[in-house]
Amino acid sequence: MTTTTPKPATPAATSAPAAGEVTFTIDDVEVSVPKGTLVIRAAENLGIQIPRFCDHPLLQPAGACRQCLVEVSTPDREGNLRAMPKPQASCTLEATPGMVVKTQRTSAVADKAQHGVMELLLINHPLDCPTCDKGGECPLQNQAMSNGYATSRFHDVKRTFPKPLAISTEILLDRERCVLCQRCTRFSDEIAGDPFIDLQQRGVRQQIGVFDPAVLGFAGSDRAETYRGVQPDGTPLPVAVGQPEVDPRGPVGMATLDTSGRAFASYFSGNTIQICPVGALTNAAYRFRARPFDLISTPGVAEHDSNGAAIRVDHRRGVVLRRLAGEDAAVNEEWISDKDRFAFTWQGMPDRLTVPLVRDRAEDGTPGELRTASWAEALEVAAEGLAAARAAGGVGVLPGGRLPLEDAYAYAKFARVVLGTNDVDHRARPHSAEEEAFLAHHVAGSRMSVTFADLESAPVTLLVAFEPEDEGGIAFLRLRKGVQKNRNRVFSVAPFASRALDRLDARLLAAAPGTEPEVLDALGTPRADGVLAEAGQALDASAIILVGERLATIPGGLSAALRLAERTGARLAWIPRRAGERAGVEMGTLPGLLPGGRPVTDAQARVDVAAAWDVERLPAEPGRSAGEILAAAAEGELGGLVVGGVDPVDLPDPALARAALERVGFVVSLEVRASAVTALADVVLPVAPPVEKAGTFLNWEGRPRPFPQALTSTAMADHRVLDALADAMGTMLGLRTVAQAHAEIDAIGAWDGARVPAPAVAAAQPPTLGEGQAVLATWHQLLDAGRCQDGEAFLAGTAQRPVARLSPATGAAIGVATGDAVTVRTGAGRIVLPALLTPMPDGVVWVPVHSTGSSVRPTLRVDAGAVVDVAAAALPAADVEAAAPTGRRAHAATTDATTTDGEVL
Amino acid sequence: MADKDISRRDRGGDVAGGAGGPEHEYTSLIEPKKGIGEVLAPAAGFGVTLSSMFKPTVTEQYPFEKVPTKPRYHGRHQLNRYPDGLEKCIGCELCAWACPADAIYVEGADNAPDAQYSPGERYGRVYQINYLRCIFCGLCIEACPTRALTMTNEYELAGPTRRGMIYEKQDLLAPMGEGMLGAPHPMVPGTEDTDYYRGAVTGPVPEQIDWVAQWRPEDATLQALRPGHRPQGSGDRDTSSELAEPMEHGQPAEVDASASQGRGSR
Ligand code: SF4
Ligand code: SF4
Ligand code: SF4
Ligand code: FES
Repeated sequence: MTTTTPKPATPAATSAPAAGEVTFTIDDVEVSVPKGTLVIRAAENLGIQIPRFCDHPLLQPAGACRQCLVEVSTPDREGNLRAMPKPQASCTLEATPGMVVKTQRTSAVADKAQHGVMELLLINHPLDCPTCDKGGECPLQNQAMSNGYATSRFHDVKRTFPKPLAISTEILLDRERCVLCQRCTRFSDEIAGDPFIDLQQRGVRQQIGVFDPAVLGFAGSDRAETYRGVQPDGTPLPVAVGQPEVDPRGPVGMATLDTSGRAFASYFSGNTIQICPVGALTNAAYRFRARPFDLISTPGVAEHDSNGAAIRVDHRRGVVLRRLAGEDAAVNEEWISDKDRFAFTWQGMPDRLTVPLVRDRAEDGTPGELRTASWAEALEVAAEGLAAARAAGGVGVLPGGRLPLEDAYAYAKFARVVLGTNDVDHRARPHSAEEEAFLAHHVAGSRMSVTFADLESAPVTLLVAFEPEDEGGIAFLRLRKGVQKNRNRVFSVAPFASRALDRLDARLLAAAPGTEPEVLDALGTPRADGVLAEAGQALDASAIILVGERLATIPGGLSAALRLAERTGARLAWIPRRAGERAGVEMGTLPGLLPGGRPVTDAQARVDVAAAWDVERLPAEPGRSAGEILAAAAEGELGGLVVGGVDPVDLPDPALARAALERVGFVVSLEVRASAVTALADVVLPVAPPVEKAGTFLNWEGRPRPFPQALTSTAMADHRVLDALADAMGTMLGLRTVAQAHAEIDAIGAWDGARVPAPAVAAAQPPTLGEGQAVLATWHQLLDAGRCQDGEAFLAGTAQRPVARLSPATGAAIGVATGDAVTVRTGAGRIVLPALLTPMPDGVVWVPVHSTGSSVRPTLRVDAGAVVDVAAAALPAADVEAAAPTGRRAHAATTDATTTDGEVL
Repeated sequence: MADKDISRRDRGGDVAGGAGGPEHEYTSLIEPKKGIGEVLAPAAGFGVTLSSMFKPTVTEQYPFEKVPTKPRYHGRHQLNRYPDGLEKCIGCELCAWACPADAIYVEGADNAPDAQYSPGERYGRVYQINYLRCIFCGLCIEACPTRALTMTNEYELAGPTRRGMIYEKQDLLAPMGEGMLGAPHPMVPGTEDTDYYRGAVTGPVPEQIDWVAQWRPEDATLQALRPGHRPQGSGDRDTSSELAEPMEHGQPAEVDASASQGRGSR
């Protein structure tokens, strides 16, 4: 009736649209959009804002909230415009040729419909904005003001729910505020693949939640407990989620387990908070902390992994209160991992170093205590000590793998120019000479040969020694997007199919640690059969091979990966874990590489760099690797060490690292917080954490990810401290500012000379296993006991529980079933964890590298591929206590059920 | 509007310059008196003085005598309490948001079963008003959703230090009224925060009094509510004189029971 269209834009009347384009009209404006475009998107492009809750550009259309109603008319077969009988949801409606859409701006019908929907949505909404964490940035608040009635006609008792519920230790749910838009469930289902919450019940009781008979009010179940908060000092209340009062694994308790034995936790759960258009999903750490108008937002880049995800850092009065995902379509789209989102407290812990520290030595050389010193004094002591150490055998430099490229460059230059050595290695993790050759041959200077977009589009991806979720973070989300959207296939060479591989529908090329080269070499050869043959056929020039940093520890692994890439034409990319690894490779913090990927052994490369640095010549001999530096320091061959952000437990042999730091003559530590290294250092120079400095991370793609300084601070970046230190030693480094560093890096440029030849290391023979022995497989979980997650108990509670994985046959051989304790032992020590029988090669045991209760390197002093003893054991007392049924959430680690049908005993 | 000539001023408000340029001499705008007026002009001022001597005096003997303000005078703020002693403020920061002078700073926190300061989930843990900034416009009062924040008629807001002019929560909290029980203590059993807003709670119930008696037996408000209750450790001290003592400003916001009664006097 109200469709009065003076001049219908019939398809014939319009200028011929390009193929695949659709021309239609919104609010009397004619637009052409690609076929399949949703009306709401087309309106957005025109600058017409249609109110919405459930619509999200990265999620499938749902049409759940009905807030986006518009009036639509379409031409019938004769071309006469016919109005649809009712307003339509513009977020599920694809534009069709000749369609005429009228939004609330031009149509009273649409406007009234939107007002009506808003009134309905608010009927059961508590409107407790003053207590709601979303208040001030709430789409419901905003759109109720812009597209809602000022008053309600509803005068009755609102539906209420107990609130809030703790879904995990980190995520709180307030069901009263939920508008049932299903953004959270669609994210969990479509993007992360962790459907840990879902819609439940029907009608007015319909709600989001985890399956919990108590919450859903099943007959005979106890009443659900609501979250009762924490006190400002962070002390949580024991009743919070009905957890045992003292949980040895973390102060907030652990995420609860669902019926499949999985924790109700997702590495990406924080994204649901950000996309929830109301305050229904909030987070425990930020609860009642601030309002948006308090906060100063600065764009940033996440420092926890090599993806370089864009984030937003919100701070008030110099304290970071939260981080949100930033938008970067090329990198992280709009998602970040929970580690990137919640693990920021480490930068402001009480053990932050703010002033330089100096250790005096007595006459006889016995070290005293560290004492505070002025910068001038500390630099002078450091300069003298380093000069003496340089004369007494040389100085090794361990910058650590977390540095932005300006800092990495400063370390590279400092080592060569000031210390006159190539003994510099940022790899604070297991590494090998083969890896260095691989990095020099394949990675250094290979700008963005594989990108996130490629992960999404490549029809086949082969993962080698790379657990996509634990070690990849958001790279996993891109892989999954490709699998979901483009039906890409993923193959993984790994000992078992992790949850991430399940969610990628990945085919497992099962390989015990150490046998990866064998598997890679077998791919595409006639002797391959089954899934190997399938993978071999699938790999072609459009495929991508992703190798993780762990492959370095497998002799011949990287060589085999290079061979495979050569053979198949597939592109090969290296995804390390830490944010600074790629920058280290490019900036030359490796014993055999100079900036720009120049090989140290190449005379021309040395001449190039020496000219740029204005020095006569550079040390020509390739230096020692990190392991060799530490060994030499422990032996007394080296006179001193300069150590950046390195935690000894990450090193291949923490005991050796400790011995080296103790025995070496002089240690200078550049650290953010007091650490095991600063405790042994002679001079400690405090440096700025990423929020307090500007810089540029280089992500695994090789994409520069510049970030500004978020907090006002007097702390200095590593490059500035090294510049001052060089100055004190009488050498100009010329790297006081980021701009100076950039100018130099640009001037040096990339290397176009001969590359280092590809490594060709033979695979090691698989070890023979005795009785009760197994080969150790191990990698880092995303959330573990790392120092960069310190101070965030809520996040720690969502970590996966450490378990030891064994094949059913291996378990049977030692008499262990799922849930029983198992001991993993070497001559150096033992780890006791609950066992989880998993389909995997026999004679292999997997434990996490550095989770609470499972610290492989310091305890066992071995790494993946080593032979360890496994045996049944009793759980340590603390674990048993935690596992004991102490209430409704009585399933602790020991009852971790499994999908394995190979139950033994 | 292209035809409208908008030319920028190229000079700021230069006092010496004035509008007409520096050369102009001063000329009075008051017309000079003529004739007899001109003769008497020097003594005319005494006329004002003399006539004032016979008018009623308006001098106020402040600070010796304080004249009451008008009842709706905008004076120092006050954070009110519910009749059972729980605080009304929920730490929502709306007052801080409304404040045009950015004088208010609030941080909320979780109420907990063993530390319930206000009804509901949230309370104001930190509450500061900087009286060097406050312009007493009262917009914060309008913003407050719980009527926690009102203004008293107290106008003596001066002090020797800047720090002291930042009033903390314990300086702003209303004194304990008749029959109130010192917070924190649990809400009246079976009620929700909305019951408090609606005025359904008229005073502390025995459960709350018992709770305070159990956990904070030294709480001074117990005296009135439980005749015969003897605060532990306070002996025969006269608690009322202690209560009357004014708080010093600028102290750390310690929101325990005794601090919240700092300004209390009945
Ligand atoms: S979700 Fe939005 S509208 Fe609802 S209570 Fe929170 S701030 Fe208010
Ligand atoms: S919890 Fe939030 S995101 Fe999830 S359905 Fe409710 S309103 Fe939507
Ligand atoms: S005084 Fe009122 S407006 Fe201010 S924080 Fe407290 S409840 Fe909110
Ligand atoms: S945005 Fe269209 S139905 Fe929700």
